[in-house]
Amino acid sequence: MVKFSLIAVAVGVALLLGAHWVSVDYLYFATYTILQFVVLATAWNILGGYCGYVNFGSAAFFALGAYSSVFLHKAFPLPVPLLIVVGGIVSGIVGLGMGYLTLRLRGSFFAIATLALAVVLATLVVNWDYVGGSRGAYIIRPESIDILGLKITYIEYLFALMLALTVIALIAARAIERSQLGFGFATIRDDELAAEACGVPTLKLKLIATTLSGAFMGMAGAPFPYYIGYLQPSSAFGLEYAVNSIAMPMIGGTTSWVGPLVGAILLGTAQQYATVTISSAVNLLIVGLMLVAFVIIAPNGIVGLVQERLRARRRQ
Amino acid sequence: MASSITIENVHAAYGSVRVIHDVSMTVNAGETVALLGTNGNGKSTLMKCVMGIVKPAAGRIVAEIDGVKHDLVGMSTERIVDLGIALVPEGRRLFPKLTVEENLLLGAFRPTARAKIKENMTFCFEAFPRLAERRKQLAGSMSGGEQQMLALARALMLSPRILLVDEPSVGLAPLLVARTIDAIKQLKDHYQLTVLMAEQNFTQAIRIADRGYVIVHGKIAFEGGSAAELNNNDLIRQFYLGM
Repeated sequence: MVKFSLIAVAVGVALLLGAHWVSVDYLYFATYTILQFVVLATAWNILGGYCGYVNFGSAAFFALGAYSSVFLHKAFPLPVPLLIVVGGIVSGIVGLGMGYLTLRLRGSFFAIATLALAVVLATLVVNWDYVGGSRGAYIIRPESIDILGLKITYIEYLFALMLALTVIALIAARAIERSQLGFGFATIRDDELAAEACGVPTLKLKLIATTLSGAFMGMAGAPFPYYIGYLQPSSAFGLEYAVNSIAMPMIGGTTSWVGPLVGAILLGTAQQYATVTISSAVNLLIVGLMLVAFVIIAPNGIVGLVQERLRARRRQ
Repeated sequence: MASSITIENVHAAYGSVRVIHDVSMTVNAGETVALLGTNGNGKSTLMKCVMGIVKPAAGRIVAEIDGVKHDLVGMSTERIVDLGIALVPEGRRLFPKLTVEENLLLGAFRPTARAKIKENMTFCFEAFPRLAERRKQLAGSMSGGEQQMLALARALMLSPRILLVDEPSVGLAPLLVARTIDAIKQLKDHYQLTVLMAEQNFTQAIRIADRGYVIVHGKIAFEGGSAAELNNNDLIRQFYLGM
């Protein structure tokens, strides 16, 4: 656990230094988006992969983080790291509330309820003038920022924050996976009734999962207004967040923390590439096609595919 | 060390469909009581009511554990498990993708059970040597009989005082049904358990039962004070055995 954390931090620092050495603004913009999807996919996987509860409302939690930043930006400006914490708390609380209301529903009913949450929140934001309503909100980010006497561009600053968040999310996901908590989550996914008969406190564990999952999604969304500069409801609640945060773990593999990471890097990079070479409109098409392909070729994702190969080789 | 369950005037429903009507029964300390009835008469629902998985619409369920009374209605399932009441669910409900050993460890999920994990695991492997041979095997790849043994062993990992067994015979060959029933009897004697067993297989169940209730359409149709009384009852012959 400690060893993994150290390795993860070391990789993060290496990436940061590497990016600083290259220092191309486009690289920051592109990798920021990919990292943001790594966090979203990892967060989705805590509930969707470990517990088996499919959440279609990722965009709602992401937007909640983003809009809490917009609100605070106007009300009492805070530094972005604190906004991330606030975004996480707000989305975590909403996640907990949603859990209380919906977790007695199972399977497709739960999924429909999460979808409804996104619609309700989007409607609220559209009608809330203070955060821009349907017009959207402009956030002019500073050109650069001083940290410890070092002057760096603002986009590098956001990139560094998102990188740190990614490292934290991955460490958290891996820790959960190997703990008693993760063991409990897996029993809920496999057979909830049997889990209850074993005395696993299923409702409590599910609430922990929705809270953590929501909180990380909110954290991923909090710096978004500063990144994009102009936030409107249709982009914050966009279909791409809901679809990507489901598709990425599915393609990578849902049973381990590696899956969402691999899936997000793969899909995120493909989307960035397509945005530059073809058009940003093909992004969702790519996701759709890859999802269909993976459901047919590798229903357990890339991680599942690799594990199967390894097992087959060991048998020989 | 008396542990018993008293069920008083319990009603239960799924939505608007009423499944259990005014059921009262007792399982006294140290008894094995059979809950007999064919499919769809409410046996499993009654078990789930005791475990707090289904909330009864009305009535009282009281468990006496070591002389202390606990009102089970409204209590969460994990608290009920903590008291020392374990359920072996219908159809075994193992975790097929986990190994035998992992399934047993899961049985000891509660902090109270975790303290005795080694001791209980040793006993489970002694009682079911077959499980010891297969400890690293995936639970889903074992035969039905072995799976039923594992389901029983998993419940024992909680060091229960009261054991609820829901349809241990489901999907098993006749020989294995007999073995499973024998195993329940052995475990009961070893642990001095109080056992409530729901079962369709009348002849097998009454081999080890001290008393029995017959449940028909969610109502107790007959209460047999002894196995012999159940065996020689005309009502049972008519309703239940179709003779």
